[in-house]
Amino acid sequence: MSILDSKIPEGPLADKWTKHKNDINLVNPANKRLIDIIIVGTGLAGGSAAATLAELGYNVKAFCFQDSPRRAHSIAAQGGINAAKNYQGDGDSTYRLFYDTVKGGDYRSREANVYRLAEVSTNIIDQCVAQGVPFAREYGGLLDNRSFGGVLVSRTFYAKGQTGQQLLLGAYAAMNRQIGRGKIKMYTRHEMLDVVIVDGKARGIIARNLVTGEIERHSAHAVVLGTGGYGNAFYLSTYAMGSNVTAAWKAHKRGAFFANPCYTQIHPTCIPVSGDHQSKLTLMSESLRNDGRIWVPKHKKDVEAIRNGSLKPTDLAEEDRDYYLERRYPAFGNLVPRDVASRAAKERCDAGYGVNQTGEAVYLDFASAIERYGKEQAYVKGLDTEDMKVVTDLGKKVVENKYGNLFQMYEKIVDQNPYETPMMIYPAVHYTMGGLWVDYNLMTTVPGLYAIGEANFSDHGANRLGASALMQGLADGYFVLPYTIGDYLAHDIRTGPISTETKEFDEAEKNVRDSIDKLINNKGTKSVDHFHKRLGKIMWNKCGMARNEKELKEAIKEIAELREEFYKDVFVPGEQNEYNEELAKAGRVADFLELGELFAKDALERNESAGGHFREEYQTEGGEALRVKEYQYVSAWEYKGQPSDAVHHKEPLEYENIEVKERSYK
Amino acid sequence: MNLTLKIWRQKDANDKGKIVDYPVSNISPDMSFLEMLDVLNQELIEKGESPVAFDHDCREGICGTCSLYINGRAHGPQTKITACQLHMRSFKDGDTIYIEPWRAKAFPVVKDLIVDRSSFDRIQQAGGFISVNTSGNTQDANAIPIEKENADKAFDAATCIGCGACVASCKNSSAMLFVSAKVSQFALLPQGQVEATSRVLNMVKQMDEEGFGNCTNTGACEVECPKGISLENIARMNREYLAASLKG
Repeated sequence: MSILDSKIPEGPLADKWTKHKNDINLVNPANKRLIDIIIVGTGLAGGSAAATLAELGYNVKAFCFQDSPRRAHSIAAQGGINAAKNYQGDGDSTYRLFYDTVKGGDYRSREANVYRLAEVSTNIIDQCVAQGVPFAREYGGLLDNRSFGGVLVSRTFYAKGQTGQQLLLGAYAAMNRQIGRGKIKMYTRHEMLDVVIVDGKARGIIARNLVTGEIERHSAHAVVLGTGGYGNAFYLSTYAMGSNVTAAWKAHKRGAFFANPCYTQIHPTCIPVSGDHQSKLTLMSESLRNDGRIWVPKHKKDVEAIRNGSLKPTDLAEEDRDYYLERRYPAFGNLVPRDVASRAAKERCDAGYGVNQTGEAVYLDFASAIERYGKEQAYVKGLDTEDMKVVTDLGKKVVENKYGNLFQMYEKIVDQNPYETPMMIYPAVHYTMGGLWVDYNLMTTVPGLYAIGEANFSDHGANRLGASALMQGLADGYFVLPYTIGDYLAHDIRTGPISTETKEFDEAEKNVRDSIDKLINNKGTKSVDHFHKRLGKIMWNKCGMARNEKELKEAIKEIAELREEFYKDVFVPGEQNEYNEELAKAGRVADFLELGELFAKDALERNESAGGHFREEYQTEGGEALRVKEYQYVSAWEYKGQPSDAVHHKEPLEYENIEVKERSYK
Repeated sequence: MNLTLKIWRQKDANDKGKIVDYPVSNISPDMSFLEMLDVLNQELIEKGESPVAFDHDCREGICGTCSLYINGRAHGPQTKITACQLHMRSFKDGDTIYIEPWRAKAFPVVKDLIVDRSSFDRIQQAGGFISVNTSGNTQDANAIPIEKENADKAFDAATCIGCGACVASCKNSSAMLFVSAKVSQFALLPQGQVEATSRVLNMVKQMDEEGFGNCTNTGACEVECPKGISLENIARMNREYLAASLKG
């Protein structure tokens, strides 16, 4: 019997959440005023949770490292948010969204959590529209939808290529209303550096004021982490520069189990790496695969000609192009899930068909979409549908209206016009499905410590479908946590304020000060970035899109050695008590250096391929991921000092409402 | 490329601050402007000097964190982009580049090129929201159809990233474009009507209290706005403000 109790309610799948809401304890409005909650992170999950809990009457203290809660990296999500509204009448339903998500996650997520997510998805859209989120609409004034990878319906709501921005600004506005009322106390430019545990319960945090360097103690009756994912362990990723694992990792060190760290999403459509100077990678939204067709040349001679500039991609004849996704996956075509699309790109590039100088790029081509839309518009306007100039001009307008900001972004970075020539794209690290282990109530293995949004592991299994991150962040923050946290806090109505003058706070503060002093006084010879880049190389080469036993073992060893070298030789300029970005970065990289090793260890333990975790030893003859029945569990790691000593726990996954099948998109 | 950078250095809010010259070499035209500053900072760190502090986060033009005044223009020489999207191919070998923080009374300098923009947050807290609690019982999202034209205009206004380039570019340090973007977003949507009067009055009041200047219609804000927020929004806010004032 596993020591992990997922606390999934009894009863039929579709009734579990309703039943649970009816069964759990509530806190009466007068008592909510006596309870403090700390929320770390103000993205979609943290921001929506902070606003909702404050509306309910709790006293919320919210923390973010950015200069404003509006800048959390949810802001950069582009394509959209899923919801089972079935406004298009194309057969969507709660069950279908649930089914697609479990299948998309390669049968490695919890049924009950995913069903709840699908169930509350429709509430999110209603709530956001009521808040004034300007989703895209049709001419009749109703909401528009588009399609994302791994599904056969159109259930994605969007606001051009800026859906994350609009949803986050909605949550930010809801927070602002509560900040104005004094129900949320907002701490910007603050970084959480430890969780304080009193009598086995999370009762506060230690935070550093990033402007003054001051170390602060903050207490509360419960602590919620909405601190995002850890993809920056790879150095180059589509994450923001400041995105980090520190809050989650400190929680892990205080007893929260870390689940499935090896499940990482490598997104197929990003702008390729151009040189060593590069600091981050930029995503081109999956929504582009609605209209863009992915291809490489069929023949090596054309690849050569394109690379040396003697052949333009637009001049290559149709029959000389390999639309490999359409070829391999006729049912889903260019809209296969992300893990499948990324691996297929890698396969072609490894075989020598990459179209740029580095050999690591494929084309994403809009020419057919421009022609198709153009003809449609020409017909509607009564113009000549055979006049290619008219058709192309009209088609470009339609494409611009749909993806204008993405095309502009691409042009600014690459200096090529994607309306005229196909985009070049390559996979990049984008999201982490793994995270802190949580039960059905979103509580970690530490009582009173919750993890929401990307910071937890629960809903996406081994691969997340497009437009589901926004859905999960807002579901957790608006509609799940506000209920489930009450069940825990109902026992705290007589506790009274939590003092920060206790030995537990003393110990945690000392712990933080010691690690900062160690970094500042180290006076080594190499910068923080030097180590971060090296870690990123190990992660990308040995823990990336394809993994194998030999290289994972090497990675574990190399990361441990790099960590040792880091503590011997890192140089952090400046002082503790000032604005010091290098110091903040050093702390984050130190945590990545521990997480990275656990990541590799987890990937080595999982002797199967599932979703984003592809082990070369476990593949079908056609090169698809090969799941292994014995690994149908969640891996949850318990901290024991060094990553190598982490103890492995298993939460078995059972599927009662879905038949576990081979995941096919053919 | 080899360049001379003239960068504003200021230890903290109380320091007087000054321009310091830094030569940088071997800059690739494919680097972003911030990656060029990364190169400089790595060199400074290796020499044991204090790196230049500047705000940045997403590096893809959407978070609104970066805030550099480059050669006398907010976000540098190109239009409709942020400093993080600016690439070095916009400069020539041998160029001298001035890099300063946003300059405005309501944006005090924190360190070097970093300013405090919390005044923007306080303006939003004064009224930049629709008062609807999270309940799961709000009406269906399609219950009120919204004319596409208005929905699109509301979206255009809502794309403001809150970077402050409008304030930095304005000779009066006015925040009218920023405030009007939020007022307009809600003024164009049926959901925003209920609180329209108090919203515009409260947000403008807070804007004035923060010490932002007045608008004299020079339009520099629109030119430098990385998201192309239109001056129409200021006109709309003025109408909303007048109507609200008359209502009392």
